[in-house]
This record gives sequence, C-alpha cells and structure tokens, in this order.
Amino acid sequence: MGTRLGKQTLRLDSHPVIQAWASIAGAKEGNGPMGRYFDEVVQDEYFGEKSFEKAESKFIRETFAKILMKGNVSAGDIQYIFSGDLLNQCIAASYGIRETEIPFFGLYGACSTMAESLILGSLMVEGGFAERTVCITSSHFCSAEKQFRFPLEFGSQRPPTAQWTVTGAGGVLVGNSGNGPKIVHVTTGKIVDMGITDANDMGSAMAPAACDTITMHFTEAGLAHNYYDMVVTGDLGTHGKNICKQLLEENGILIQDILDDCGTMIYDTTVQKTDCGGSGCACSAVILTGYLLEKLSKKDLNKVLLVCTGALHSPSAIQQGESIPAIAHAVGIEMIP
Amino acid sequence: MKQKRTKNEYVEWTQKIAPKTHKLKNIILAFIVGGIICTIGQVILSLLLKTGMLKEDAASLTTLLMIFLGAFLTGINVYDNIGRIGGAGAAIPVTGFANSIVSPAMEYKKEGYVMGVGAKMFLIAGPVLVYGIVASIAAGILYYIFTINI
Repeated sequence: MGTRLGKQTLRLDSHPVIQAWASIAGAKEGNGPMGRYFDEVVQDEYFGEKSFEKAESKFIRETFAKILMKGNVSAGDIQYIFSGDLLNQCIAASYGIRETEIPFFGLYGACSTMAESLILGSLMVEGGFAERTVCITSSHFCSAEKQFRFPLEFGSQRPPTAQWTVTGAGGVLVGNSGNGPKIVHVTTGKIVDMGITDANDMGSAMAPAACDTITMHFTEAGLAHNYYDMVVTGDLGTHGKNICKQLLEENGILIQDILDDCGTMIYDTTVQKTDCGGSGCACSAVILTGYLLEKLSKKDLNKVLLVCTGALHSPSAIQQGESIPAIAHAVGIEMIP
Repeated sequence: MKQKRTKNEYVEWTQKIAPKTHKLKNIILAFIVGGIICTIGQVILSLLLKTGMLKEDAASLTTLLMIFLGAFLTGINVYDNIGRIGGAGAAIPVTGFANSIVSPAMEYKKEGYVMGVGAKMFLIAGPVLVYGIVASIAAGILYYIFTINI
C-alpha cells in the first residue's frame, strides 16, 4: 500500500510498472524534432474518417490497440481504462473505446489528462484493485480549434503567445509487475488561478500551477533538487516555461537546468510557425509515450518527473469574463532495477 | 506555497515579459494585402466599366465577384493563409466577410444543413450583421427626422 507524504503527494510503495506504451501523432508533429520517436505518424488529418471528432476517436482507438499489442495482452486482461480529451463531453475518449467492454472512467483535466489518468490508473494498481489499467488521452488541432477558437479556414491572426494543439494520442499500460519504468511518487495538483483572462496566453495561466505542484512535490517527498534527470512540464510553451523557471527560482526550487517542457520539445517553433509551442492533451501524452518512456527504458534517463499542465476554462466562461483556472499533476517515473 | 505577487502584479508581469506582436510588420503587411485585394477589385470595376456597363451595376457586380473570390479562396483552403499574413488587411474587405461566412459553413457541414450549416454559418459574421443592421436602422431614423424638419 502507498504512503501519504503530505497534502498532495503519495509514494507508491509497490511501484506500479508502465508495462507498455504507444503513441500516434499527426503529420505536423511527425515533421517536428520528435517525429522519429512516435510509433505511427498519420498524414491524413481526417485519419480516413468523415470528421475531425471521429478522427480523434480513431486516434484513441488505434493507440489503445497498439498498447494491447505492445503489452502482449488482450482487452480482457485490463480492469479499468482512464481516459479523457478536450472535446465537449469527452467524446474522443468515450467513442474511441466504446467497443472495448472494459470498465471506464472518463476524465477531464484539460491538457493535464495524461498525468491525471496516470495517477488514477497507478493508484488503482497500487491499491490492488486492478492488475492492469490503461491510461490514454488525445487531442486534435482541428477539433480543438473548432471548439475553442475559430473555424479552421477562417483567416485570423495568431497572437505570439498562442500555442498549437498537438494532433495525436498517447497511452500507457500500467500493471503490478514487470521490468518497465515504475511510478514511484504522484502529486495531485490543486487549482491555481492567477487572474489571466487571455485564452491565447495559456502559458501564463498554467505556469503558477506547474510551479505550485513541482514545489509541493519536492517539498512533500523530501527530494533533493537534483533527484530527477529531467523535470518535464506538459504544455507551458516558451513563454510559460520562462515564467515557471522564474517562479521556481523564487520558491527556492533550483531545477532550472533539468526543466523542460513538452510544448517546447514537440515543434521547431520558428520553422513550423507554432508561436510559443505545442499544447493539448496529446502534447505531454506523445512526448511521454514517444520520447520519455523510450529514453527511460533504454536507461538514457533514470528518473523523470512528468508535470502535465491544464487550463480548466471554457469559451463560455471566458466570454462571461472569468479568469483561467489552471492545474498541474506530477508523476515521478523511475527505472528501478 | 505562497505567491509572491498579487493577481494584478502577476498579470502585469507576464504581459511585460510576453513575446510581443510585431506591430509595424503587421501594419505594413495589412497595408500591402488589403491594397492588393482592393486593386483587384478596382481592376474588375474598370474592366466592367469598359464594357459599357452602368457605374452602379458595375459596382454591384464587382462586389459580387469579390465575394465569390473570397468564398472560392476559402473553399480551396487559401484564404486562411492570406488572413494569417494580412490580418485586418484581409479581414476588412468584402472578401474577408465572405471568408467569415464560408469558413464556419464548411466546418459545420458535417453537423447537417439545418443545425450545422444553417445555424452556424453566421457564427463570426453574425455580430457584424446584427450591429450593421441596427446602425443602418438608427441612421435611417435620424435621416428621416432631419429631412422632415428641413
């Protein structure tokens, strides 16, 4: 059984194992600096479907199939699925896995969903309630633009703080045995709202939440600042990453050299014209399942803290003059022999 | 964890260090793109007038052709790129208005012709129509009052 280390942080003593992982990304992501790490790159933004929403569901469905294949398990071996996405009522997730007949928890943590699902999935395993769980999430540039901003073909200008929603899906199989990377610490974030109202500036909205969760993680787990090889935030982008760095320094958390951000890793921001970088649930999901877990399993990295960040607003809330509440969840993943 | 800044201080600070919009570059690009669109319109108008068409008819037909051009370029996925470069220079001419109506129509076609195309077509152009019509009614009433008094 796990140990509660503080208000937000738990240590998972049985070390749930990430047994398998899979990632599918879109064409733009495939052309980015991380392109070669993804299991599959889909060139067609419709993925052979009739709408972007259906395409996003297919990203989930295909990723799930890949996880089963790579983990060498069948759907019957999975006790729970934790999944979510950015669409209204989380339809990418529920339509994506509706044929699986596996008990399902639909989650909404905006772009923090990968860590949120990973925390819940690993706790289920830690508690002994499941042998295996699948945690999976997706986002799609076109369906996200439609839902949160303007129609795709509308000729609007992007402000320089804007970010580009990642098209893709990533998921993991968490189990109670095996040799893969292990989940050791989890820190559940709390909502932090510093009054940012600009929906085109997610970095500023989410950086304080990331800083808060990272600070709580190091403090409550009692870890040295050089404990991890890498601390990777979800989708702060270049602007949010700068803010987060500064906030952490002010808090006395000295991890500037090992801090990176999936949003800044996934695109070549100047060549691909993505302004501040990537965002969306799939941003941290494909970097985790494409790059980080691969590096961990090859022992290029030994300890990684994944901090997925989410902006919990909606277009209606913003139009009603509300500010953007943000959250960040952290998962400490380690290679333990 | 305590924040060292108040919310207002935080918002101000993040805006100060945020990457800035290239205002001069945007203004120049808007000028060039808007200018090109208007020049195309002028060329069409001049050609129509050369055929001996009445000025009023030629002006109406030019507007129609420019709307078609905007809608067509939206349909073949080009106008969004013009808009990204030209900003207001691409949005304010009537081609931009066509773009703002055709783009949601294309996007929502999958949700049917009634609740999709029909209902969502004016998602962006709606406010322009509403306040444009309200303003023209107000102008009409004012015009009526003042012309009666004279």
